Amino acid sequence: MEFAELIKTPRADNVVLHRPFHPAVEGTLCLTGHHLIFSSRRRDNAEELWLLHSNIDSIEKRFVGSLGTIVIKCKDLRIIQLDIPGMEECLNIASSIEALSTLDSVTLMYPFFYRPMFEVLEDGWSSFLLEQEFEHLSSVTNEWRLSCVNKDFSVCPSYPPVVIVPKSIDDEALRKVALFRYGGRFPVLSYYHKKNGMAMLRSSQPLTGTNGRRCKEDEKLINATLRSGRRGFVIDTRPLNVAQQARAKGGGFEQEVHYPQWRRIHKYIERFHILQESFIKLVEACNDQSHNMDRWLSKLEASNWLTHIKELLTAACLAAQCIDREGASVLVHGSEGTDSTLQVTSLAQIILDPRCRTIRGFEALVVREWLQAGHPFQQRCAQSAYSNSKQKWEAPVFLLFLECVWQIHRQFPCSFEFNEHFLILLFEHAYASQFGTFLGNNESERAKLKLPQKTMSLWSWVNRPEELSRFQNPIYEANSLVIWPSVAPQSLQLWEGIFLRWNRPSRFLEEAEEERINIIKYNKELQAKVNVLRRQLAEMEADGEVQEGEEP
Amino acid sequence: MEHISTPKVENVKLLDRYASRRAASGTLYLTATHLIYVDTSAEVRKETWILHHHISSVEKLPLTTAGYPLLIHCKNFHVAHFVIGQERDCHDVFTSLLKLSQPVKPEELYAFSYNPKMSKESREMGWKLIDLKLDYQRMGIPNDCWEITDINKDYEVCSTYPPEIVVPRAATRAVVMGSSRFRSRGRIPVLSYLYKENNAALCRCSQPLAGFSARCLEDEQMLQAIREANPGCPFMYVVDTRPKLNAMANRAAGKGYENEDNYENIRFKFIGIENIHVMRSSLQKLLEVCEMKSPSMSDFLTGLENSGWLRHIKAVMDAGVFLAKAVREERASVLVHCSDGWDRTAQVCSLASLLLDPFYRTFKGFMVLIEKEWIAMGHKFSHRCGHLDGDPKEVSPVFTQFVECVWQLMQQFPCSFEFSERFLLEIHDHVYSCQFGNFLGTCHRDREELRIFEKTHSLWPFLLQRKQELRNPLYRGFTAYKELQPNTLPFRCKSLCSQWWSKVILKQEKISICLQMINPPQPFLAVNESLHGPLPCSRADSCFVSYAYLLHKTKPPVPSLRLCPCPARPLQVWCWSLQCALGPVCSQCL
Repeated sequence: MEFAELIKTPRADNVVLHRPFHPAVEGTLCLTGHHLIFSSRRRDNAEELWLLHSNIDSIEKRFVGSLGTIVIKCKDLRIIQLDIPGMEECLNIASSIEALSTLDSVTLMYPFFYRPMFEVLEDGWSSFLLEQEFEHLSSVTNEWRLSCVNKDFSVCPSYPPVVIVPKSIDDEALRKVALFRYGGRFPVLSYYHKKNGMAMLRSSQPLTGTNGRRCKEDEKLINATLRSGRRGFVIDTRPLNVAQQARAKGGGFEQEVHYPQWRRIHKYIERFHILQESFIKLVEACNDQSHNMDRWLSKLEASNWLTHIKELLTAACLAAQCIDREGASVLVHGSEGTDSTLQVTSLAQIILDPRCRTIRGFEALVVREWLQAGHPFQQRCAQSAYSNSKQKWEAPVFLLFLECVWQIHRQFPCSFEFNEHFLILLFEHAYASQFGTFLGNNESERAKLKLPQKTMSLWSWVNRPEELSRFQNPIYEANSLVIWPSVAPQSLQLWEGIFLRWNRPSRFLEEAEEERINIIKYNKELQAKVNVLRRQLAEMEADGEVQEGEEP
Repeated sequence: MEHISTPKVENVKLLDRYASRRAASGTLYLTATHLIYVDTSAEVRKETWILHHHISSVEKLPLTTAGYPLLIHCKNFHVAHFVIGQERDCHDVFTSLLKLSQPVKPEELYAFSYNPKMSKESREMGWKLIDLKLDYQRMGIPNDCWEITDINKDYEVCSTYPPEIVVPRAATRAVVMGSSRFRSRGRIPVLSYLYKENNAALCRCSQPLAGFSARCLEDEQMLQAIREANPGCPFMYVVDTRPKLNAMANRAAGKGYENEDNYENIRFKFIGIENIHVMRSSLQKLLEVCEMKSPSMSDFLTGLENSGWLRHIKAVMDAGVFLAKAVREERASVLVHCSDGWDRTAQVCSLASLLLDPFYRTFKGFMVLIEKEWIAMGHKFSHRCGHLDGDPKEVSPVFTQFVECVWQLMQQFPCSFEFSERFLLEIHDHVYSCQFGNFLGTCHRDREELRIFEKTHSLWPFLLQRKQELRNPLYRGFTAYKELQPNTLPFRCKSLCSQWWSKVILKQEKISICLQMINPPQPFLAVNESLHGPLPCSRADSCFVSYAYLLHKTKPPVPSLRLCPCPARPLQVWCWSLQCALGPVCSQCL
């Protein structure tokens, strides 16, 4: 298909762009296959706005006389308005945008056309291989092995080709366990807590069904992670009754009789459409212009967004606590094991593992626990808060995870190597990007699409020193400790950087950030000077002593 | 000392609000001015100092297995929960504290006994540190239109105004005296701030005794004189900060508001800030929300909304913004009043000045602002803060709200204030502490009668001494920002407020005023504090490690009391609340 067919009016002049907190600008609007480009050539402030069509969530048009107005609502929650003279032009442009922003074929997406203008120093597609992670792991323990049982994606279509499993379990057993777990997602290692050798596993629900099927290999697999005489915890992200109902559909949960060494905790985390609705309500509340405090607070409350944040953080703390405080191994799963499970396991690692709080470590976490673990990004992030279509598989699961990280970040501002902008960046690219990283629903799909060969990885770009510097937290100081966030309602805030990003004037806050960076820089300079002087002093003292010794 | 029957009780537990198994055990001492608790169970000696004046309520709770609980709520929102072994001791402490926390006579206030070992000269110098005349000079007063007059030197015009007031030159003695008879409690229109750029003036007064039809020629002439002092604008605003309904009800009592027909070229406007009683109960509700044991998100947000606190804060902010805008953009003079013109009027006038003039955002300027708009103009600190045993209906968090509004501004304009939140908190604590003379009494005349200038110390030099630790490291200097134009959209204010839950109220990373002690203080540093503070950032982070996180139950971290272990330097009694955020050692001890 040629994009040109979809673009009847590629260019319109005298278009006026309106954005909150910016004066209206007049300029030229151009449509290309993947971008909407607005450029104003006014002498005093020439500027260009490039908007990916895939970033457009919904579009509205209305007319006053022959002046058409298009309101574009983006997946990154920005809203812009374009006044386009001429009814026909406006209609053409609107229908083009609509068509181009809802292309259904992945291979037509921009990442397949994007040619990087930068030199690739490191190919991001191979930056975070599980093999490297395993190497790291085997330096501290030999209880685990790398299994290639899924190398052709036949055992579990949503798992990566290699996974880490207990050493004592062979591939044959894994195949059997896969048949006992929903979607073949047998328990694999998610995180190994070096401090006490405890492990966090993740899987999907066991297929016990109504007649209480069991699978010896499954029991053996997860028992292999326990120390003798110690119990482990199964954290089920569904409430008990939902887990019980799941049995009727062939699913279920680990029953005490068959798993006597495991204690099951149900920690409910909301999913799918409930989250999506909450997201939509919250964004609506943030765009409410009624200037009424009570209304805002009740809308905020009604959206339930912060409740979800609180529940999720609580569950993650619980998992982390079981591992670090109780010294127990943990198995986390919900139903499919591709959403709430990953939220819990990845957040627990943020709390427990200082490596995940570095930039590279966090990237590795996202790759390992989200991309390779088979979170269906393509489905979940197809639409954002402004979409009208009510597809049931869309949900801001990843955004919730990022926001929880932000909440922890806010409580421990010095313990993270990256800053808020880095989290916002990931949010944006998960929804619309020139990079192939977040395309597809799992590794198998990505392999079929040949993404590593045909598209550029986000990591290739972001890990270049000049980009990286934008995402560094100036007050970072490596903290090797476990960080326990507060989950009290008073400690949680709305993430302004996402939800009020386009609704607040940011100049003063940016200036404050600048000031902070300057102070840190100045402080470092002074520190360096002090060090030089100290060294000089030490040398002079040493010289003095030598001379004194020589004198007699 | 006659109230203290048991000066020392041993084996007293101090409960941690969130982790009952981590109760401290130690000794409780009662002194003439403080309750002191020494934790003997900790490795490091830990002391908790509570000033008697800060105690707002003492409750004996039902007997538990551990002993007799005693719950103390403080005016600066600190809560201490002691458990005492013997009923008699508990009762003795209880009755002593009841007496000690509610002094009856002004002479019993701490300020009259507080002795920082300072020479008489430096004490007197301290009182001269803030000179309001200099501030008027800065505005260019006296000038052709405005003069400083001592017409009130014998308090003939108004007993709650200072002896020297600024009125239009055109207003003769007869006009001033006439107007004073027409204004509630004689509080005539006087200048609060003159915006030099365009000569628009901010003036304040109390409500007119207009009733349904009364009028007063002199008062009309007074307003005319104010309007004519600003030739750049043909009209002036008269702003009544009360809700219209309240103002109308006042008419029945012979008071009320200006009739637009009687005054030439005025534009009259109601702003709708609620009265002190509404504010008091709003704070009460807010405190209840924050004292909930383990609220759900929804409980918390609903409680927050129902308290109305943020709505009131927004109303005050909106009023301040309106005044500043009228002066700056419409170049119009504004006369503000509420009922008596000492609560809401003080709030909005000082807020507007703060928005218009960067001087008031410096240490010295903020002190001047408080001296000028609050202390000199007769905000009844003694009644509003309940310094003495008196009518509980007179108590209201009016000043707290003002401080919170300032804090909100700090959030939006992080580089525009010379001082940090800690400075605000210090001031807020001392408004209640009665340790210094500044906030005693209800007006200038009252303070003269109490002879505070001879017998007590002024707070300001003590704060200036600690400038280094109270400054805002992000401050960009006097000239970086002129007028501030804050955004008061609810989600903005909310975002203010959402920080406010955690920072203002819970004194998390940013400390501020309300309830800071009620909820778990979060032991991490503010970014800006970490920049200039002596503690390394990671240390603050590490405080979280000690937090016992119980299975199945999420507990907010960190004890609500974490006090500075340093010996009794009087000011440190105050700094504990700040130090909570910085960890167990206060910066002065390092």
